[in-house]
Amino acid sequence: MNILVYINSSNHLAKSAFEAVAYAKKIGGTITVVATGSVDDATLGTLGEYGAQKVLIDRSVATEDSQQVTRLIAKAAESTGAELIIFSHDLVAKAVAPRLSVRLKAGLISGAVDVPNANGQVKVNVFSGKAFGFVSVKSAKKIISLLPNSFQPEKTGSACSVEAFDGAAGTSAIKVIETKMPEGEIPLPEAELVVSAGRGLKGPENWGIVEDLAKALGAATACSRPVADIGWRPHHEHVGQTGVAIRPNLYIAAGISGAIQHLAGVNGSKVIVVINTDPEAPFFKAADYGVVGDAFEVLPKLTEAVKKFRSTPH
Amino acid sequence: MKILVCISKSPDTTSKIAFSDGNKQFDENGVQYIVNPYDEWYALVRGLELKETLGGNLTIITVGNAADEAIIRKALAIGADDAVRIDADPKDAYFTAVQIAEYAKTNGFDLILTGKETINYNGSQVAGMIAEALDLPFVSLATKLDINGTTARMEQEIVGGVQVVEANLPLVVSCAKGMAEQRIPNMRGIMAARTKPLTVVAPASVEDLTAYVEYGLPAAKSAVKMIDPNNMDELVALLHNEAKVI
Repeated sequence: MNILVYINSSNHLAKSAFEAVAYAKKIGGTITVVATGSVDDATLGTLGEYGAQKVLIDRSVATEDSQQVTRLIAKAAESTGAELIIFSHDLVAKAVAPRLSVRLKAGLISGAVDVPNANGQVKVNVFSGKAFGFVSVKSAKKIISLLPNSFQPEKTGSACSVEAFDGAAGTSAIKVIETKMPEGEIPLPEAELVVSAGRGLKGPENWGIVEDLAKALGAATACSRPVADIGWRPHHEHVGQTGVAIRPNLYIAAGISGAIQHLAGVNGSKVIVVINTDPEAPFFKAADYGVVGDAFEVLPKLTEAVKKFRSTPH
Repeated sequence: MKILVCISKSPDTTSKIAFSDGNKQFDENGVQYIVNPYDEWYALVRGLELKETLGGNLTIITVGNAADEAIIRKALAIGADDAVRIDADPKDAYFTAVQIAEYAKTNGFDLILTGKETINYNGSQVAGMIAEALDLPFVSLATKLDINGTTARMEQEIVGGVQVVEANLPLVVSCAKGMAEQRIPNMRGIMAARTKPLTVVAPASVEDLTAYVEYGLPAAKSAVKMIDPNNMDELVALLHNEAKVI
């Protein structure tokens, strides 16, 4: 089977790019990557280590224009005879994959968490992570958008060739006026470790103890909805049903009660640690490890313990 | 300015999720359906604000059966001018999107708005599919939307940041948090909604491309392990040795 993997490499190759290629490799077939963005050829070539045979890149395509990206992928799919197209389920994929589904009349499975089973059905999360479902595709061509951090990439080969590709994508209908990237922060959706806090922190001036722990761990910071709504923390830090949905390896929540809407955004986390003064806080039911205690005492102690751990070799 | 807002029904956010018929169907027993929050709070309310400022007409559209008219009346009570129900079971995102695109094609809209995703299937598929079927530009997960003449200016989330973009109308936009504040319908709105026009349209002949064959609930979490607040070394050791996440 010919598989095409789309990679958006706007400033670097995220871990999710390697996951998508390794996922295609696990399904099995001839794997071509079609990429957009500014990452250099040598870096793109490393996708070969995870199973790509060739990378096609069109650096003229504007990632912000889903029409251009769709035309490029459709052309690459035609020239490689792809029957399956794989995305990583990021913000670009959410705009492009549905368009491509209509253009190619290829059934789209969004947010896959596993490779297709023996019947070709793919597991996805539904009901905001409260349940899962198996989806089958009726069309000959198929598209799968893989949920980040749900598949472990493995190196299986060596670097591959990178070729310039003309996607004949036309001009961009979307004009970028301004791009704001918070500096020095780990983007939440990519973070493997996340430290989060809620109203229990009592005020924005107390966030230092959250940031200290995040820094000691190398984690991103997040917050609950009320905290973003009252303006203690920026909106892009809000995790939950109406904010960002994340699935890090470790989620530490301090002073968050664990309302069902918050859980919907974090229940994909591999391990959850809950710190709360209230032993009856509903979040403890969803936690792997719990600490009943005051965040103002527990967080600094945990930061010290992490620093001690990090300063000795393991 | 003609605005089309696409709405979907979704179970109330506090609904108990269960399945019937050998895990093949969502168990609707005791489930209260609401307008999908992203469609209502962000797409519909921002659409209404734009209409109120710029003038024009706001139509809501849904693909569903007669029972879904309750959520249509709710959207009309919030302030939409009229409604369209495409009389079909929304089999999958492709089927739903092409039905809406067919209606939009013959009726012509300047702006088509949806929520960023539904809270039951979370696919984020329908808006992009409508845009492609109509060959229109699409801005996904917008958190701000303003119209100046025939140009729309939006703010949207991108990986690791925020971007301000512009595009010309007609345009499809999916709306995320930040776009608007929830509106509660008042009694006048509820009364007016009863007599606002609701057109039922026969579906176009469209095939579906995907199907949910089975559902399940995640395995229950093993009991939480409680750690002494004065022994954070133990927690760090467990995270390293047992959970293997640091």
